[in-house]
Amino acid sequence: MRMDLIQPFVSAADSVLGQLLEGPTVVGNPSMEEDAYRRKGVAALIGFQGDIEGRIIFDLEPRTACSIAGRLAGSEPPATADDSLVAETLCELANMIIGNAVTLLNDRGFHFRVQPPEVHTDPEGMKSSYDTEAVVMSFDTPAGCVYLNIAMRYNRRRKTEREPALSA
Amino acid sequence: MEQFTALSVSKENRPVRYLVVDDSVFARRNLARMVESFGGVMAGEAGDGFTAITEYNRTLPDIVLMDITMPQMEGIEAVERIVRQHPDARIVMVSSVGYQENILAALQKGARHFVQKPVRPDVLYEIVRYVLNDDGVLVGSGVGGGHKQGVPS
Repeated sequence: MRMDLIQPFVSAADSVLGQLLEGPTVVGNPSMEEDAYRRKGVAALIGFQGDIEGRIIFDLEPRTACSIAGRLAGSEPPATADDSLVAETLCELANMIIGNAVTLLNDRGFHFRVQPPEVHTDPEGMKSSYDTEAVVMSFDTPAGCVYLNIAMRYNRRRKTEREPALSA
Repeated sequence: MEQFTALSVSKENRPVRYLVVDDSVFARRNLARMVESFGGVMAGEAGDGFTAITEYNRTLPDIVLMDITMPQMEGIEAVERIVRQHPDARIVMVSSVGYQENILAALQKGARHFVQKPVRPDVLYEIVRYVLNDDGVLVGSGVGGGHKQGVPS
C-alpha cells in the first residue's frame, strides 16, 4: 500500500478533528489489518472509485461517538449511540475528513469519485474485497479515540508518471 | 457559539435572510446556528439541488449557502439553474471538497464565493459580509469592521 496515498487522509483527519473538537489530537502508529474488518462501535463507511479505489471506515466506540455528537451539536451528549444525532454527526465528520483528503489528492492529480457515507451498525462487522490489507490509524482526541481503517489500491498511474515510461 | 455584529440589509434595515442547502441535517443545523450568531434569519433550507431551486423561488433569500455534493441534483447544477433565473442571486458554496476544478466550476456557474468545511464561523461571516457588501446590500455596523463581539454562548 502506498503511504503517500494514505497520508492525505491522516492529515485531513488530524486537522478536521483538531479543529472541530478544539483540542490536540495524537496520531497513533499505523498498523496493518489483514483479516476482515471488525467494527469497534459506531462506524461510517465511505467508498471511492477512480484513480484510487477503496473504502475508508470511521469507527468510534459508542461513548466516544456520543461525546463527539454532543460537542459538535453544542448540546448534551446523547444517552445512547442509537440516537440519530450520532449517525448524522458521524457521517458529516467522515464527509469533512474525506472531502479534505480528496481535495489534497485531487490537486496532486488523482481523480476519483466519493460515495456518500453510510452508517454501519452490523454487529458481524464488514467485509469487502479491499479488506485483505488495510491500514488502521488511531487518533486520540479530547472526546476519545477515533479509528480510521483505510483500504485502497492505486488504480491508474497519473499522466506525469506515465510519460517517462512511454518515452523510455 | 460566539456572537458577531449583526448584519442587516440596507433598504429595509432588516436581518439578512439565508437559504441553507445541504443534504446533511447536521450540517444544516450547524449553519443555522452560525446564521443566528450573525444576526440573520433562516428563509428556508433544502437537502438537495431540486429543492434548493424551489425554495429559492419561494423565499427569494438575500444569500444562499450551498453544499456541492448532494443527491438528485448537485450544488453546482443548482447554482447554474438559480442564477439563470435570478442573475443577482448571491450564492456561497460550502463544501468539504475544495479542489480547484470544483471551485472554478462553481464560480463559472455564478457562485460568488467558496468556503471549505469544517466551516469556521469567523471565516463564513467575513465571506457573507464581503459578498453582501460587494452588491451594496449591507448596512449598519456590518459595513465597517465587522468586529466580533466575542460573547461566548
